[in-house]
Amino acid sequence: MNQSSFISGADGDDSLYPIAVLIDELRNEDVQLRLNSIKKLSTIALALGVERTRTELLPFLTDTIYDEDEVLLALAEQLGNFTMLVGGPEYVHCLLPPLESLATVEETVVRDKAVESLRKISQEHSPVDLEVHFEPLVKRLASGDWFTSRTSACGLFSVCYPRVSSTVKAEIRQHFRTLCSDDTPMVRRAAASKLGEFAKVLELDYVKSDIISLFTALASDEQDSVRLLAVEACVSIASLLPQEDLETLVMPTLRQAAEDKSWRVRYMVADKFSELQKAVGPEITKNDLVPAFQNLLKDCEAEVRSAAAKKIKEFCENLPEDSRETIIMTHILSCVKELVSDTSQHVKSALASVIMGLSTILGKDNTVEHLLPLFLAQLKDECPEVRLNIISNLDCVNEVIGIRQLSQSLLPAIVELAEDAKWRVRLAIIEYMPLLAGQLGVEFFDEKLNTLCMAWLIDHVYAIREAATCNLMKLVEKFGAEWAQNTIVPKVLGMANDPNYLHRMTTLFCINSLSEACGQDITTKHMLPVVLKMSNDQVANVRFNVAKSLQKIGPVLDSNALQTEVKPVLEKLATDTDMDVKYFAQEAIRVLALA
Amino acid sequence: MDEEIDTRKINNSFLRDHNYATEADIISTVEFNPTGELLATGDKGGRVVVFQREQESKNQPHRRGEYNVYSTFQSHEPEFDYLKSLEIEEKINKIRWLPQQNAAYFLLSTNDKTVKLWKVSERDKRPEGYNLKDEEGRIRDPTTITALRILLQPMDLMVEATPRRVFSNAHTYHINSISVNSDYETYMSTDDLRINLWNLEITNRSFNIVDIKPANMEMLTEVITAAEFQPSQCNTFVYSSSKGSIRLCDMRASALCDNHSKLFEEPEDPSNRSFFSEIISSISDVKFSHSGRYLMTRDYLTVKVWDLNMESKPLETYQVHDYLRSKLCSLYENDCIFDKFECVWNGSDSVIMTGSYNNFFRMFDRNTKRDVTLEASRENSKPRAILKPRKVCVGGKRRKDEISVDSLDFSKKILHSAWHPSENIIAVAATNNLYIFQDKVN
Repeated sequence: MNQSSFISGADGDDSLYPIAVLIDELRNEDVQLRLNSIKKLSTIALALGVERTRTELLPFLTDTIYDEDEVLLALAEQLGNFTMLVGGPEYVHCLLPPLESLATVEETVVRDKAVESLRKISQEHSPVDLEVHFEPLVKRLASGDWFTSRTSACGLFSVCYPRVSSTVKAEIRQHFRTLCSDDTPMVRRAAASKLGEFAKVLELDYVKSDIISLFTALASDEQDSVRLLAVEACVSIASLLPQEDLETLVMPTLRQAAEDKSWRVRYMVADKFSELQKAVGPEITKNDLVPAFQNLLKDCEAEVRSAAAKKIKEFCENLPEDSRETIIMTHILSCVKELVSDTSQHVKSALASVIMGLSTILGKDNTVEHLLPLFLAQLKDECPEVRLNIISNLDCVNEVIGIRQLSQSLLPAIVELAEDAKWRVRLAIIEYMPLLAGQLGVEFFDEKLNTLCMAWLIDHVYAIREAATCNLMKLVEKFGAEWAQNTIVPKVLGMANDPNYLHRMTTLFCINSLSEACGQDITTKHMLPVVLKMSNDQVANVRFNVAKSLQKIGPVLDSNALQTEVKPVLEKLATDTDMDVKYFAQEAIRVLALA
Repeated sequence: MDEEIDTRKINNSFLRDHNYATEADIISTVEFNPTGELLATGDKGGRVVVFQREQESKNQPHRRGEYNVYSTFQSHEPEFDYLKSLEIEEKINKIRWLPQQNAAYFLLSTNDKTVKLWKVSERDKRPEGYNLKDEEGRIRDPTTITALRILLQPMDLMVEATPRRVFSNAHTYHINSISVNSDYETYMSTDDLRINLWNLEITNRSFNIVDIKPANMEMLTEVITAAEFQPSQCNTFVYSSSKGSIRLCDMRASALCDNHSKLFEEPEDPSNRSFFSEIISSISDVKFSHSGRYLMTRDYLTVKVWDLNMESKPLETYQVHDYLRSKLCSLYENDCIFDKFECVWNGSDSVIMTGSYNNFFRMFDRNTKRDVTLEASRENSKPRAILKPRKVCVGGKRRKDEISVDSLDFSKKILHSAWHPSENIIAVAATNNLYIFQDKVN
């Protein structure tokens, strides 16, 4: 008994040393050391004990706000999880002073993190502590001299409001109201962005009396950047109000925003259109949002048109079922038709990424009659991104009308993309090949696309050759080993005699990726002899890739082939004059356990 | 108006003697912060010097208004663009203060290519009582550590400047202006052919809002010389050109503001047309009045005030140094004709000030239409002396106190000046000297 307490005593003394190091490093000149130390803050607190953490560590941390952003950010985050380390919920308010000073620094990420931690620990306050400690802090921040503290306050109202007495509630509402009409746009922006969140915790009567007037004021703020945030708030507010109040309380503001003089505000409306549509419900959508959406699709600013174009599919999907088709056919389709020949390629490409989705909504007949011409037009667009977006979404059309309808135009479009001067475009189309192959079927593929896939193997950009080999593997997985043996393997193996060593290496890369999909039989009979023969290649790069290939296909081969054919060749390569060839041969011998 | 301007000495250490002045000491920009408590200068050596106004003191009431050095830091260093084989000078082209957001101050400074956001802050505490070292800094024996200490102690006030953001790689040509938007969230930087819009918190992306670069550079006839945001409307800005026109753009209308919404231009008087017409009509500076109602532009010989509601001609035109009109030929030969003079408004937009040669600067009272020429020089102005108006005589008989056009010193030019946002305090940069003048106290 005695002895064990002595040992723990000694341990206790020793354990002070690492903590002393951490504490000193909190003040080190090197930022990285300070950062490491701050990340172990909980260890320090644990060693100091709750009492000294409260009386010494926290005051020290409150004063460290001179530090670098990354240190402050880490500190702000740590303090959110510190409740137990200061003695539990009873003492959680001790964390408020350092977080309060962090909530006033100029760096937004730090401030936001401090607010996040404050929101977290607010839940750990008892209702009494919330009123005695937390709420006064919110008030101090809200009436601070600098706008940094006032912006931080905006994010704290909603967490304390539900848990305080009605007199304090009234004060909080008053503070929020004041901040909504603050002199500086930053505070008004912060208030506008928290308006929706605050509205959610307010009693419905106050939503109607307070929030709506604030919302209306913010939505007609002189600063564009404030008005556009009000659009976001519109979504949450609209979903809180009963349907019959929407028309009078929200719609005038929303209509005004959709026609705002500033394109950035209209852009925001377009960007949030689906959410708005859900929040206001089907009736208002039919009467108000459809014409508004039409206008956004015809907006004079390309940024707005492209944001709206991206929402076409979602908007149409969410239209009430009874009138969906009529609305699309009579109101939306004409706008879509215009967008197909828009002057901005961003608009066209945004449209191309969603237009195919309309076919599932409109059904077979409408798709053939109305949408197909648009798909075809976009497939011929001068901008490769537009064509790519169409091709990448072929699956939706395939489900409705089958891809054959498109194949006449599809092929030239694919061929052109396959030969585009930009290698990234070529790369993008290669990635869609397996998908296309699956939809078009093996016959069509062999006839039209096979040559393209083989041509990519000798592209002058490595990334394309690499993607092409990967593509072959996926095709084999789709069409099977037999197809591979008849169509691909002979061509790939033929390249082994190419005068260009890069092409000879491509053969090896293809074999690497195909062997597994093709199975033991084809690999042993057809591929292995070619690989072995290439071990005599005069280019060292080819030879060490032979060693790597053998290592790769080894597991597919039977042990007989390994011992009688692979082993001698690897042993010979292991005595090669080239260092790399030697290394990879030895590596292969080791991995295949042929030694 | 301010003819009884009282001159005051500013910090002596900053008044370097002409003889020792190097090229790097030449002041290239002057700017008060929004409250006027601080004043920043930038120089050709890439340094920024921030001055702070003395607080009111009972013992020395006259010291109120004196500005002393608060912080000095190296904002930009000379660089070399290896791709273009181009030297990038460290010279500070412009400084703009941000509205104050907490106890620290923030300013943007720019050279030809890179804008930087600086934080100027105070520190008055330092860590003390280390655990592993004793008071003399000796490492302690780990076994003697029985208690943990964690302390900060007050210390002498220290002002530090730290670079917070670097906005680079967005300008192919030389940046001539930066301007902070009234949304306090964005600012724009302008070079000869393009204007970019930045978010103050994002350094890796900017948006091009004006691009006047022709497809073929041989078709280039006009460059952008300056640009500024309207002080209260976040969506409005103006830019001036080397052809003497000012374009007002509305950012609400479209993302790219290639189409202006207003064009301010004065038709040229055909009788005055000469070889130099185009050069002297180039606008070197454009400034919105504090009210946002007027624009002021400076060209080589005049300063003009425009009403935003009248595009056809300026409301007022003031001659800065009309006597140089006959000397344009020699000013062309010594390159002075390309000097870029700035102009400033006083706090109430009733007086404007701009610079001239021979360390002269001019003030025009818009209400009384009176004007005055003053001189910023060490020889003629002792600390706390009253500035005497100066006159330049053109030909004929020279009166006492007058100076003849031919004896003007063209190497002493006042290009940069600033006016306190609310009081009658002005800062005038004369090559490597900074003069601060203020209304006579009592």
